[in-house]
Amino acid sequence: MKNVCKQDLMAMNGDEAVAYAVKQADVDVVAAYPITPQTIIVEKFSEYVANGEVETEFVCTESEHSALTACLAAAVTGARTFTASASAGLALMHEMLFVTSGCRAPVVMAIANRALSAPLNIHGDHSDTMAQRDSGWIQLYVENAQEAYDSIIQAFRIAEDLQVLLPAMVGLDGFTLSHSLENVNGLPDEVVKKFVGVRELPLVATHEGKNAPFKLDPEKPMTMGPIAFPDYYFEFKRQQDEAMKNALSVIQRVHDEYAELSGRSYGNGLFEAYQLDDAEVAAVCLGSTAGTMKTVVDELRQDGVKAGLLRLRTFRPLPVEELQKALSHAKAIAVMDRSLSFGGNGGAVFHEIRHVLYDAATHPFVVNYVYGLGGRDSSPKELRVIYEELQRILQTKHVEKTINYLGLRE
Amino acid sequence: MSSRGKSWKEIAPAGVCSKSSTTFLTGDWKTYLPLRDLEKCTRCLLCVIFCPDGAIHWKPEKADIEFDYSFCKGCGICANECPTKAITMKLEKE
Repeated sequence: MKNVCKQDLMAMNGDEAVAYAVKQADVDVVAAYPITPQTIIVEKFSEYVANGEVETEFVCTESEHSALTACLAAAVTGARTFTASASAGLALMHEMLFVTSGCRAPVVMAIANRALSAPLNIHGDHSDTMAQRDSGWIQLYVENAQEAYDSIIQAFRIAEDLQVLLPAMVGLDGFTLSHSLENVNGLPDEVVKKFVGVRELPLVATHEGKNAPFKLDPEKPMTMGPIAFPDYYFEFKRQQDEAMKNALSVIQRVHDEYAELSGRSYGNGLFEAYQLDDAEVAAVCLGSTAGTMKTVVDELRQDGVKAGLLRLRTFRPLPVEELQKALSHAKAIAVMDRSLSFGGNGGAVFHEIRHVLYDAATHPFVVNYVYGLGGRDSSPKELRVIYEELQRILQTKHVEKTINYLGLRE
Repeated sequence: MSSRGKSWKEIAPAGVCSKSSTTFLTGDWKTYLPLRDLEKCTRCLLCVIFCPDGAIHWKPEKADIEFDYSFCKGCGICANECPTKAITMKLEKE
């Protein structure tokens, strides 16, 4: 790629990479409350503020509910805003997550994915963000610290796009990514600043009958966050669903544009297909597990097994048609969930993927593996079992158990 | 389906109001009506400050206050706060 910028190679953990991206992204307001394993993001960013390296207004709030409320309030004045949280912190934001997406406030939030209590556990799994699946936020999941940096920068462009105007969360696996030191290439400050640009605002009709920028401004008064009765509420929700659909193409466009600058790409921005084109047995996963899974796929390929992987990067909006196209030729598919829907028919990712494939004429076998809850590590040896089971299903044409628990003591 | 009103494609995002709240009269929600005893009222204006709907106005030309019944929801806070008990709440239909 000829236009790739010269970049600085730095040693950073995932949290520091996020803070560095926010520092470069010309953010107006950051309001946050610390929680493990997200704390480093806010700590590092507060250092930038204290050192005068950013012009950002930094608000220390008394809770995560207040942190997101402050970001929402700032965002509706036209400001670019950022916050970060995890686990119980994200759960405490629950109410405001819906208000933020409903107000069409493009807040960007990093989540260092962590299990929920009880029992108390500070380690990585996807229970926190999966529980917020339907809150109207875009959800991206990253594989490594480099992608965390890249995705935060992209998230501002995606969220603030006039065809989208939705908040976006970027999930990085707690500790595995948030606290592990990796090599991260950083773009020059001015390149990031130019890439994210200045936030644009659409024109909307005010109660005075004038077209005004969509923001709170005493000079051009506008009511935001009003009541909507049964005669209009449904219409506003339909608008949010349309904005999510619009985000599919915006995520790809922003990803491609960024790839030209940085020389880094993550599949098509929606998902990454690894050895998938001719795969007979395939797995679907999110986040850092994909790194280990790729090693397993390489080993299996050396043994002559047609194994493949789809690493889903964009979970909301779900790229339905693209997923169906990418997966329908595989004969047996294992969907991995790092969260549990108690009493449900498998995990959240499983629901989606199996549902997507229901309309595929090929009708592949689709099974679920729940794994890694509360930070439990999954070794290459354990993950290889998934592919072995898929091969067994292909040979026998019989699924013994649809929902499986990987690495659990029975 | 509701047949009245605009489609989702025609309305501003996030419920941004295209009408002023001053044209939406909320006074018809009330059950109780505040009535004032002009003898007891000292024009201290505490009711003006306490009214959550801004429905009690100070009229300097009359040197007196005025209830705006188009927006008064009949909550009774003014009657509760009045230091001279000059305001009483009466059932509106009486």
